[in-house]
Amino acid sequence: MTRSQSATLFALGLLLPATLYILAIVAYPLFDTIVLSFTNAALRPTYDFIGWENYERIFSAGNFTEVIIRTFVWTFFSVALKMIIGTCGAVLLNAAVPGQTVFRILTMPPWVVPMAIGIFMWGWMYNGQFGMISGLLQNFGLRDSPLPFLAYGNTAFWATIVTDVWIGVPMVTIYLLAALQSIPKDLYEAAWTDGAGRWYRFRRVTLPLMVPAMLTMSLLSLIATFNSFDIIWILTQGGPSGSTTTMIIDTYRTAIGSFRYGEGAARAVVICIFVSLFCIVYFRAVRQLSKGQIR
Amino acid sequence: MTELARSASESTATASAEQKAPAKVKARSQKAMIDRYTWYEVVGIYAGIALFLIFVLAPFIEGFLVSLKPLAQLFSTPYNFIPENGSFQAYFDMWNSVPALGLHIFNSFFISSVITLMVIAIVVPAAYAFARFEFTGAGVMLGAFLAVNMFSGAVLLIPLFRLMRSLGLLNTYWAMIIPGAAFLIPSSIWLLRTYLMRIPRELDEAAWADGASRLYTLRRVILPLAMPGIVVISIMTFIGAYAQQFIFALTFNSKTEYMPLPVGLFGFFGRQEVLWNELMAASFVGILPVMVVIVFLQRYLVAGLTAGAIKQ
Repeated sequence: MTRSQSATLFALGLLLPATLYILAIVAYPLFDTIVLSFTNAALRPTYDFIGWENYERIFSAGNFTEVIIRTFVWTFFSVALKMIIGTCGAVLLNAAVPGQTVFRILTMPPWVVPMAIGIFMWGWMYNGQFGMISGLLQNFGLRDSPLPFLAYGNTAFWATIVTDVWIGVPMVTIYLLAALQSIPKDLYEAAWTDGAGRWYRFRRVTLPLMVPAMLTMSLLSLIATFNSFDIIWILTQGGPSGSTTTMIIDTYRTAIGSFRYGEGAARAVVICIFVSLFCIVYFRAVRQLSKGQIR
Repeated sequence: MTELARSASESTATASAEQKAPAKVKARSQKAMIDRYTWYEVVGIYAGIALFLIFVLAPFIEGFLVSLKPLAQLFSTPYNFIPENGSFQAYFDMWNSVPALGLHIFNSFFISSVITLMVIAIVVPAAYAFARFEFTGAGVMLGAFLAVNMFSGAVLLIPLFRLMRSLGLLNTYWAMIIPGAAFLIPSSIWLLRTYLMRIPRELDEAAWADGASRLYTLRRVILPLAMPGIVVISIMTFIGAYAQQFIFALTFNSKTEYMPLPVGLFGFFGRQEVLWNELMAASFVGILPVMVVIVFLQRYLVAGLTAGAIKQ
């Protein structure tokens, strides 16, 4: 055996535990989802293959397209707000003012605290009669009656988005902050020597150099947001009357809630197709970005 | 990923004092010229930061104040932000309302710790393989690992449930540990690989020339040098496992004695009125340890987060 052959064997050996683990816990379930989606599996131990019936059912039911559209609208606003607030936060925390380190630490709690706990706190804040937001609105005279955010479809939709944004903002902020700090200081000095003002430097130096990091982050948070489950489940369980039911919630309700595993799997497969598309876009974009830099 | 951002992640990933020190000195000398703000700019920056932090911290402030209010005051109108004669009574009562609370907090830490140990045992050899060896299919394999990141546990819940059931693991700690670890492995591999690639190859070759076996080289040469990187992935994995334990615990376990804190907190719900003050008090006791952690390990978290966001 040559040295390079033994090296390859050694490397594959090192990869074996990770590969087996992922194959068993992620790849096999993924395969199983696809198989299940063609069956009428439910609580009873046996099931039959029924072809495309599950898919025909979910697409003919009518509300599935509605759920898909809602998921995309929800995801779009959530990611957009995360990126806007996160970019503002990163720029502000990058300003050389006293207290920087403390402010950066204070940004992190929503990200490191168990998600469910943060969501419980929001749940209470959204309470109509006794919650903080409705209460403060009334105290300041902006509203004269209680506003139970989670009781109306429209407000519940936005309330879940705000909570999702709250959980995602720290990560976006800190990531973009690191990108900001990697911009070479000489560029600013050069621009400054040429008499460029602060706003001009921001527009012509900072922003263009931030674009790759912002693109990467928005694609990553697009995928994370698309898969978001905990927030909606704890706050509204998809209600009121389905107005916050995203694809993940819909799948969970079908499969775990009403034990229709086969149909739930078909819904999960549709999610997987969308996620795979995002994946391809992401890997493409990342490759494109690194090529652009070399040229 | 761009070279710029990559160098950013690499320089933050080291998180070492000797790298930061010269940068700081340099920044200070320039500050006098470029970074001199006018008074209204300073006011604007602080106002912006204040607004940003209010959004980030509002639920924590409100949560803490709620934990101080007696239940009667919570369920009264008009709304009062500041508690009147607030007390820490809820912090004592909560242990009686949900008797298993202490156990839930322990479970949260236990599950996260086991996940962290498992992930490290699996990730260290895998990251070393990707960092050092060029074999056919390495790129594809790495890509496949990274793609795992894109699928959430929620999508694979049904087959995972069946898998756990057929393995007889439902209603055990393992039902939460095994799937929990799987989704944390890929980003840790990526992060540690980036770190290991910066350890000079010459060290491996020197060990090889001295007759050391490959496994010996990994154990005695690479591991000690990789310790800072391993610390970063341990912290990231622990935080990830700690922050995300909900869906598997909700679906794969129904035994109170194994529930982690986020699911255990539902114990405050199943009565006539939700004991919000005790729920918040319990939450604060449960999150206190991580709060302490972020203050002291802030630098590692930033390093992990920036390098952990997948880039190529």
